[in-house]
Amino acid sequence: MSEIYFTQAINQALFEEMERDPLTFVMGEDVVLGAFGATRGLIDKFGAKRVRNTPIAEAGFVGAAVGAAMAGTRPICEVEFASFFYCAFDQVCNQAAKLRYMSGGQAKMPITFRAVYGAMGGAAAQHSETVYAQFLSVAGLKLVVPSGPADMKGLLKSAIRDDDPVIVFEHGALGRTKEDVPDGDYLVPLGKAAVKREGSDVTLIAIGAMVPKAMKVAEKLAKQKISVEVIDPRTLVPLDEETILNSVAKTNRVVIADEGHLRGGAAADIAAIIAEKAFDSLDAPIKRITALDVPIPFSPPLERAAVPDDAEVEAGVRAAVGA
Amino acid sequence: MDVGKDKLLEMYRSMQRIREFESKVRDLSLAGEIPGFVHVSIGEEASSTGVCAALRKTDRITSNHRGHGHLIAKGGTLKQMMAEIFGKKTGYCKGKGGSMHIVDYSLGILGANGIVGAGLPIAAGSALAAVIAGKDDVTACFFGDGASNEGTFHESLNLAAVWKLPVIFVCENNGFGEFTPMQTVTSVRDIAQRAKAYNIPGVIVDGNNVMEVYQATSEAVARARAGEGPTLLECKTYRWEGHVVGEQAFIGEEGYRQKAEIEEWKRKCPIIRYEQFLLSDAKISKAEITRIVDETRAELEDAVKFARESALPDVSEVTTDVFVR
Repeated sequence: MSEIYFTQAINQALFEEMERDPLTFVMGEDVVLGAFGATRGLIDKFGAKRVRNTPIAEAGFVGAAVGAAMAGTRPICEVEFASFFYCAFDQVCNQAAKLRYMSGGQAKMPITFRAVYGAMGGAAAQHSETVYAQFLSVAGLKLVVPSGPADMKGLLKSAIRDDDPVIVFEHGALGRTKEDVPDGDYLVPLGKAAVKREGSDVTLIAIGAMVPKAMKVAEKLAKQKISVEVIDPRTLVPLDEETILNSVAKTNRVVIADEGHLRGGAAADIAAIIAEKAFDSLDAPIKRITALDVPIPFSPPLERAAVPDDAEVEAGVRAAVGA
Repeated sequence: MDVGKDKLLEMYRSMQRIREFESKVRDLSLAGEIPGFVHVSIGEEASSTGVCAALRKTDRITSNHRGHGHLIAKGGTLKQMMAEIFGKKTGYCKGKGGSMHIVDYSLGILGANGIVGAGLPIAAGSALAAVIAGKDDVTACFFGDGASNEGTFHESLNLAAVWKLPVIFVCENNGFGEFTPMQTVTSVRDIAQRAKAYNIPGVIVDGNNVMEVYQATSEAVARARAGEGPTLLECKTYRWEGHVVGEQAFIGEEGYRQKAEIEEWKRKCPIIRYEQFLLSDAKISKAEITRIVDETRAELEDAVKFARESALPDVSEVTTDVFVR
């Protein structure tokens, strides 16, 4: 166990998995230099054959990752900022997601995509969007949203070993967060939510970078005798419905905190599942705390206004419990 | 180039199988016996056959919406192909793909594709996989003139060029992107010209001459296997049928091309030309050719019977094959 940064956790997972399987390789924009630190040093250990800078041509290199996966290798493909996925939507949604099904199970698609998402301070709308909801309704993709360094490492390692296409969304603001991370072969399974904090009055489901905010709010409210259960789904596909529904059955109240948009977002999706499957357990309307339905603005006060903060999460929880 | 008799006859059989299969699919589609729409490649048998004849079994291909011929040329089984087109559970894709997506991954076919231009980066990636795995397998990528205007064409040629990937980009230029004449929407006269922009060889062949396609592909394959990188091979050809079978119903008989043009290309039939070559230059007997034609027709009859008699998929299959687990 050692205390490391989120970015170091990614780096550790990549080193370990590339060492473990010679058919893994890393490709993407500036992965040789490791512009943000995640892929730094891989080139020295694994060489130019397995650490490949791509042209800035997302459709081309994401499509190449698809072909490389079907042809028996295990690509780890970095798409610097998640909004750049729009340039490779066909390759992700029509190809990676569908070819296994369309071929009647013949194709195997062991790709891991990594991408930075979220508002991280003045990056503006084309570098700050939370885009996982766009993939939620495309059948055939697994979606992973780690909330801290330990999960980051464990989930990324599982994603790389998975035989299906997985997109790992890394919030830009989590890069400098630090926590104890198990050394060596630490795996977190896909499809298993984490109960980050047990509570009895309200279930607070938080995704990605909203998890640390939710934990802060829960701690504060505990002192005011409001007991908040914080659940981190960790993966949106597959989704651990059981853990979520068990918690709702216990607390009868739900708040969902997500940095994605309100309309058509991950929070909407989870809310619908709860409404459909646990309606009788609910003592209050499900409350969603999300980004506003606007492109994420550049100027700091506007950006702060667009994405949910601790105060909004706290207000949401108070509304749900009527306090 | 010295080509053995077995190879010569194998290519003839491939072309016949494609012609017979496509003609039957067209007829079945017009008769309303198969669901959805079909794109057939009658008239283009030489390009798929000539390219695949130059490949090994472990080499891979990517295909497109007009892909039946590619699969047959790479060794596809007509029964499973026809069953897939019928939407039956005995089809290659258990009825989940259909005409535009029939594939046999065990033959190294990484998808027939409904998205124009989608196969190019996939082929580059397949070639990359060979490099990563330390194998000398190559990948041939079939696409049309229309796909050469897609961004993926340009991104893939550049990527394959800078990484010297063992891939052969095969443009089957049949003169039309859907219903639009190529020259009205394309900046170059020959697609092969575009190779210059990516510093790779661009080769033009008569796409209706199977020997020419085979020889040019063999050279490109040798280059690729030697680590010298990709080639863009343009096969000039023509599709006798429309973009999609049955299109006359909505665009008329001469909606975008003249009958005279079609007749002119029929006189350049790749199969008749190859037959003449086999009989006169290669000293193959007429009896051998007739035998292959007869065997192919019988094989096709079996395939249609198999498809008709096969069961439809059980509806429980609708949720399988999304994920490995």
